[in-house]
Amino acid sequence: MSLLEVSDLKTHFRTDDGIVKAVDGVSFSVEKGQTLGIVGESGCGKSVTCLTIMGLNPKVNTISSGEVLFKGEDILHTSASKLRQLRGDEVAMIFQDPMTSLNPVYTIGAQLVEAVLLHRDVTKKQARSRALELLKAVGIPRAERRIDDYPHQFSGGMRQRVMIAMALVNDPDLLIADEPTTALDVTTQAQILELMMRLQEDFGSAIMIITHDLGVVAEIADDVIVMYAAQIVEQGSANTIFKRPHHPYTWGLLGSLPRLNADVERLVQIKGQPPSLLNPPRGCRFHPRCPYVFNICKEQEPRLLPVSDQGEHLQRCHLDEETKDREAQKLLAGMMAEA
Amino acid sequence: MATNSQPAAFQSSGSDLLVVEDLKKHFPVTRGIVFQKQIGAVKAVDGVSFTVREGETLGVVGESGCGKSTMARCVMRLLDPTGGRVVFDGRDITNLSRAQLRPIRREMMMIFQDPYASLNARKRVGFIVAEALEVHKLGTPAEVKRRVQELLEVVGLNPEHYNRFPHEFSGGQRQRIGVARALAVNPKLIVCDEPVSALDVSVQAQILNLLKDLQRDFGLTYVFIAHDLNVVRHISDRVLVMYLGHTVELAARHQLYSEPKHPYTGALLSAVPIPDPEVGRGRKRIVLEGDVPNPINPPSACWFHPRCPRFREGHCDVETPPLYEFGDGHVAACHYPLERWPMTEEEMRRAGSSPTTATPAAG
Repeated sequence: MSLLEVSDLKTHFRTDDGIVKAVDGVSFSVEKGQTLGIVGESGCGKSVTCLTIMGLNPKVNTISSGEVLFKGEDILHTSASKLRQLRGDEVAMIFQDPMTSLNPVYTIGAQLVEAVLLHRDVTKKQARSRALELLKAVGIPRAERRIDDYPHQFSGGMRQRVMIAMALVNDPDLLIADEPTTALDVTTQAQILELMMRLQEDFGSAIMIITHDLGVVAEIADDVIVMYAAQIVEQGSANTIFKRPHHPYTWGLLGSLPRLNADVERLVQIKGQPPSLLNPPRGCRFHPRCPYVFNICKEQEPRLLPVSDQGEHLQRCHLDEETKDREAQKLLAGMMAEA
Repeated sequence: MATNSQPAAFQSSGSDLLVVEDLKKHFPVTRGIVFQKQIGAVKAVDGVSFTVREGETLGVVGESGCGKSTMARCVMRLLDPTGGRVVFDGRDITNLSRAQLRPIRREMMMIFQDPYASLNARKRVGFIVAEALEVHKLGTPAEVKRRVQELLEVVGLNPEHYNRFPHEFSGGQRQRIGVARALAVNPKLIVCDEPVSALDVSVQAQILNLLKDLQRDFGLTYVFIAHDLNVVRHISDRVLVMYLGHTVELAARHQLYSEPKHPYTGALLSAVPIPDPEVGRGRKRIVLEGDVPNPINPPSACWFHPRCPRFREGHCDVETPPLYEFGDGHVAACHYPLERWPMTEEEMRRAGSSPTTATPAAG
């Protein structure tokens, strides 16, 4: 049994303009000790997927359907109190913006202690020593003194560490990290990624990391999901996605990345804008931006199918495999040209 | 590359569009409400020198808080420098008055980081792009309108969107409006302050390609500030690395990325994620400890020594390293420059016991 199993998850929002299908039939699973990376442009539904799993969408205008099984239990249709027990204990989340996700009027110590006391039957003193232990684990210097500081007294990288400490304080089995390093400098990003990988080794947690930085995904993810317009367009192991990508959108993402180890005069660009989720294009959702578009793409929506010789590698595109292999190799060769 | 011809890094020549010498910007730190006295200064930029040749792109990288943006604002005279000189197109603009500056402002424009905050939400796109033309009284209203529509087309927007408001555009399109606004008065120099940091990779590629095309078509010169080393490598001819308001290293792009001399540059390069699982995971990263120090109270001598893997006690914390020359205009401020690249943190620590034999660059 997988730690987390998501099947045919749909999250729709009722708005004044109509129904926004923010997540439209997403299925995946996360195993213990594994890292899953979810990539895609802003507005493709990657954050909403995670918020739905955590039950953090506004109740009033959200319609969710499908199934989210955590350790075999459905957490999508469960009571608020049950969810509250789960959140911050067995499932924890690191939010994107460390500047706004900490409460500015409490010391970080108080916020960490609160997280422990909510889920564990311990004294305040024990909770505080646990908090201190975690602050040390995430590499906050002089943790004994800094535990009584307020969030504004920390730098961005330090605040993100505090967020990670808070997420890990109850040894979660699943850690969901929504763009954990996007707001940070490369040097701090390297520190945080190193930290997450080390903590995964120590605690054996599973990690779901959402990012638009393919570099970060390549560094730490075992499996990768590429999302476009509320759907999964490609799914596979990190090696497959980077070495044998099979969807034109993935090619676009890979080609649009300037790299340290290759010289290209012009970057591949995906023309146009991501579609509106109020009214997604007919047929393949990527077809208005796809350079390989042909007639059937405009009419018929491709299904998410396995690539013939690899059961684990799924993709959603009408092109035949021969063309895809050829184009993928061309793209990779272009990138490696002067490496 | 045409950038290797000069022997000394800061020696000015006829083709230099922008010469910055020993630029300083200190912000006073005061105490008291009625009787204010200065108790210190944030040395945001402290002695940065470089030149930018006509038609080239100078990339500027560094962590947040290293003074990149302050430096750019001083060059643009949006802030008044505390010391040093800014020479633009052969003319010293450091102490010009606002009125004297006005004709020069036509020649240098800026593109800002946040496409959401840098466009006036209450003005139409046509007005935003035309404003500079009107300030400088270039053309009749009909001519201005034609020019604006032409500009919108140049940056890849629909000229019919002239009457729309910024909120009707996506992030990438807004940044295109920012580019059109900068281009309006036919500037020679455009200072881009993190122009693609707020954008998705696919949109980022569109904007980078656009900037490159415009440079080719209009012979523009860029100062391009970014914290993403991949982006800087893609667009720059030469790269300046800054740390705590100081120049750490300055070199032609290929030299900087293939043989960095300063340990800080090395650490930055090794921290960049590589989008290739095989390459990315095999290598050993140099993870710097701690954060950028507080510029009110910077470390003594070499500003990088508390975080440096090559730190030698009694030398690095006593003697401030000058900018040493490594040939072809490659300079770096380090007593123990890297002998080769790539190297791991342990190798960095072990090697480098003898100080550099390179000669200090003539300032």
